[in-house]
Amino acid sequence: MSIETNEEFRPKIVAFCCNWCSYAGADLAGSSRLSYPADVKIIRVPCSCRVNPMFILRAFEKGADGVIMCGCHPGDCHYSTGNYYARRRMTLLFSMLDYIGVENGRTRVEWVSAAEGVKFSQTMNEFVEKIHSLGKNVRLEDLRCRS
Amino acid sequence: MQRIGVFVCHCGSNIAATVDVKKVVELAAKEPGVVHAEDYQYMCSEAGQAKIQEAIKEKKLTGVVVCSCSPRMHEATFRKAAERAGLNPYMVEIANIREHCSWIHKDMEEATKKAVILARAAIAKVNLNAPLQPGESRVTKRALIIGGGIAGIQTALDIADAGYEVDIVEKTPSIGGRMSQLDKTFPTLDCSACILTPKMVEAAAHEKINIYTYSEVEHVSGFVGDFTVDIRKKARSVNMDKCTGCGVCQEKCPSKKIPNEFNRGLNNRTAIYTPFAQAIPNVPVIDRENCLKFKTGKCGVCSKVCQAGAIEYDQQDEIVTQKYGAIVVATGFDIIKLDKYDEYAYSQSKDVITSLELERIMNAAGPTKGHLERLSDGKAPKELVFIQCVGSRCSDDRGKPYCSKICCMYTAKHAMLIRDKYPDTNVTVFYIDVRTPGKNFDEFYRRAVEQYGVNYIKGQVGKVIPQPDGSLLVQGSDLIDNKQILKKADMVVLATAIEPNPDVRKIATMLTASIDTNNFLTEAHAKLRPVESPTAGIFLSGVCQGPKDIPETVAQAGAAAVKAIGLLAKDKLTTNPCTAKSDELLCNGCSTCANVCPYGAISYEDKQVNDHGIRETRRVAVVNTALCQGCGACTVACPSGAMDLQGFSNRQIIAEVDAICR
Amino acid sequence: MQELINRAKELLADGTVARVLGWKAGDLPYNPEPAYFETEESLKDFVYNGFCGANLSKYMIEASKLEGKTLVCLKPCDTYSFNQLIKEHRVDREKAYIIGVGCKGKLDIERIRKQGIKGIESISGAEITDEAETLTIQTIYGEKTCAYKDAMLERCHVCKGKEHKIYDELIGESKDTKDADRFAEVEKIEAMSPEEKFAFFQSQLSKCIRCNACRNVCPACSCRKCVFDSNKFDSAQKANVDSFEEKMFHIIRAFHVAGRCTDCGECSRVCPQGIPLHLFNRKFIKDIDTFYGEYQAGEDSTSKGPLTNFTFEDVEPSIVAERG
Repeated sequence: MSIETNEEFRPKIVAFCCNWCSYAGADLAGSSRLSYPADVKIIRVPCSCRVNPMFILRAFEKGADGVIMCGCHPGDCHYSTGNYYARRRMTLLFSMLDYIGVENGRTRVEWVSAAEGVKFSQTMNEFVEKIHSLGKNVRLEDLRCRS
Repeated sequence: MQRIGVFVCHCGSNIAATVDVKKVVELAAKEPGVVHAEDYQYMCSEAGQAKIQEAIKEKKLTGVVVCSCSPRMHEATFRKAAERAGLNPYMVEIANIREHCSWIHKDMEEATKKAVILARAAIAKVNLNAPLQPGESRVTKRALIIGGGIAGIQTALDIADAGYEVDIVEKTPSIGGRMSQLDKTFPTLDCSACILTPKMVEAAAHEKINIYTYSEVEHVSGFVGDFTVDIRKKARSVNMDKCTGCGVCQEKCPSKKIPNEFNRGLNNRTAIYTPFAQAIPNVPVIDRENCLKFKTGKCGVCSKVCQAGAIEYDQQDEIVTQKYGAIVVATGFDIIKLDKYDEYAYSQSKDVITSLELERIMNAAGPTKGHLERLSDGKAPKELVFIQCVGSRCSDDRGKPYCSKICCMYTAKHAMLIRDKYPDTNVTVFYIDVRTPGKNFDEFYRRAVEQYGVNYIKGQVGKVIPQPDGSLLVQGSDLIDNKQILKKADMVVLATAIEPNPDVRKIATMLTASIDTNNFLTEAHAKLRPVESPTAGIFLSGVCQGPKDIPETVAQAGAAAVKAIGLLAKDKLTTNPCTAKSDELLCNGCSTCANVCPYGAISYEDKQVNDHGIRETRRVAVVNTALCQGCGACTVACPSGAMDLQGFSNRQIIAEVDAICR
Repeated sequence: MQELINRAKELLADGTVARVLGWKAGDLPYNPEPAYFETEESLKDFVYNGFCGANLSKYMIEASKLEGKTLVCLKPCDTYSFNQLIKEHRVDREKAYIIGVGCKGKLDIERIRKQGIKGIESISGAEITDEAETLTIQTIYGEKTCAYKDAMLERCHVCKGKEHKIYDELIGESKDTKDADRFAEVEKIEAMSPEEKFAFFQSQLSKCIRCNACRNVCPACSCRKCVFDSNKFDSAQKANVDSFEEKMFHIIRAFHVAGRCTDCGECSRVCPQGIPLHLFNRKFIKDIDTFYGEYQAGEDSTSKGPLTNFTFEDVEPSIVAERG
């Protein structure tokens, strides 16, 4: 869509949010008018345990610069145990990405409740800032996907 | 290819002030599959919904994307509108361009760009949507209660009063449970039997309640609304219809040396017995392991003395199969074994007893006819020591990490009753904390201290040493005065931790209800769904879910009943169609998905498959859509991608990812 | 070896088993191949030596569908894979007669070649019963020798132990071969800077030709249809045009076997490009051990795997960044 030279870096950030807590937290951030950069785009999933590591790799492949996953706080999962599985999966995936040399700041998990609009907005602001400092994702992007 | 309509809402100025809605319409119209795009002031209004319905009919839409407020707000509205126009409601997706866009961004260009991307993601998803049909399943209007203690009785009464059939399955020969063993209850000090037995009688007499005593749940299949349960009625050896409950058989039975479970083994019972005088049903059972007739073939005294001819030695266990819509677990508790607590000399001295044993000693129908006496020599104790938290709040693996919750109060009760009845007996309590949160609880405890002069010492007891003179030496510490204490006692009472009934593990497995590391049944939500199991149709009543006193147990029993009634009142259950689905040709049958399913919704079948010409029998996963809640844990656990979630499929989510990153 | 053959003959003769899954000689002195033997007569071709490194447990998936029992020879490390396959209902224990064969370390022809030994005609000293510490290799350039130890596969230097975790009977002696730290290589990479890590994996993975040998040999990669061949994730793609694909493939493959991989090392053994693929699996194993307590997949056939389990106190994913 854009030619990168001389243009401000606008990161592509995918946020997976569980329907019951974090998506509602994002809604609350919205209704409280707590802004965060438009670079963040949210995908609604029923539970953080629905997030397949393949989705995250896919996002990076397609040129995402950062991927964040939000779910209910441990102990508060709508499905009681989903986020515990998600926590293990993401810990191991992130550790693996770190191991192959992908900057660990590009991935993040945050537990955001439906009441934490402020936390949602703060988290997104921080995360976007972090991605800005890391710059464009060049290590996991599939060059053929660039348009 | 889908025929998709995109509807962009202004939400007055809520969206339109920061998002160029015309631009969104223009760009969305160019997306693959989109055949119609328009904007309107208020999409959720009657007129807005009419626009969607009109377009569905005129343009023969197969999918709808509404760019509006959060789906949590109006997804249901738009889905219903689509359904009225003849479109499957699950062909509607929402792009949240208000809460996630217009409300948080100020720059019009930026917000518009984002809104377009969110619309694209929703369009990409709808392109892969498939019509979903909510399932229906029938509800058998009958409830099963496992456990006939106060929790089970109360739940049964409440459900039966609402007009539904209820069966209680109780393992022991009588209902009544733990409460029937108690002497008095805190904080009112009313006699336990006086308040429990009327409930027992009411349950037994209720036309909607059927009680299976001396019976156990053997097998459970099915799911919410439609469980099939096998109940094993153990051979009682006494005909329930013929027996008059006269009790002569028990008087005459020659095997009299069997430890009496009801009195915690403090005295003996006969081989043919009713556990206690007010037992319901008042029909004895023959304990075949200890009966001479069964052991040696000789005897038969009970049969000879029974005028009603009720003794039936050749009775067999009977399996009753019954259908239920709801199952309530009310399996209660026991106290822990003290074999890991040798320091308290429980196994060495008869005068070191548990609080539950003290209940029996204090009870007029108990082994000492209600007289407080030492079990070693029958003398009245002058110095009595209570030790709190024996096995509760324990950090090592000897005891339990949790607080048993009832001990502080029953110890205050015991101390008070003893001081009242035996004023010259000194009572000392060693405690870690005194916990009295409950109506009139702290007042009760303070009465014990202030009015009855019970001596409370903050500190733990390290050791109880039996002395040659028959007394006990209690070695403890006083944390407030910071000193070691050596105290002579005639009797020591241990406030022993409670634990879930040991059978609960087996029962939870049958019900696919989850249990925690302490074997308490897990609730569906710790705060918001405290009486439901995560497994649909299974409800929790009483201590099986966590330590509770009687009022709490009764309150929870009522709550469980209401939840069960809510289920039984329905003729049919509509199931959420966004459930997991396994592709049997891809399934390895490896069980990984079942291991992470919180609802026990996945089972395995050996199924004949035709995999591109290869016909073979394979073990494949099958999802019970009545149980599946659609979390998706299984989909990620599945290595082959056989398990997918309808409404949030792998390809749908990937399409959204792609659209956002494009 | 003769003991093994004799026993196999007996079991075939008395009808206990319908076939024997072992090895026969390959076309070169150092590449014996897994083979079925259905008659006593055919067992004359049975070989078992230090080059029989293949983990036969995966073959039992198909053998479980055959009539009658299959006698399968499993080394100690193979039994972990077999247990794991039982756990996943992929093999039928009743269809297997397991002879736990002794192991004194398996040989790696690449290690021998690396010592400059080329033009190999025959090798002696590789038989299971041989006590020799040295391999004697006849080459077109004359006789060469090589210490057995120096010719062993990497995995044997970090052996999990010589105890068979499941078997019907045991034949043959084993010898401890562990002399290195299993996680040393992983730790070396962990200590690198992100740039170095990336450069290392880039250089290794860019060699990948997507021949799928790693996937085909892996006993944990036993899916009827791999996600990389299925249209369920839009990830079916065979041609490797871009470097990302190898990463994607190998990360996902490692993730799919995480908690199930027994670290049998077959992936690295069969890789024609010599990519140390076990470094992915071992990283997951190391993380699982560190974060969730030591876990050895295949130690038994019933316990819950680390990714189908959790505790309330599990570490947060942020540990990855905090650890630095």
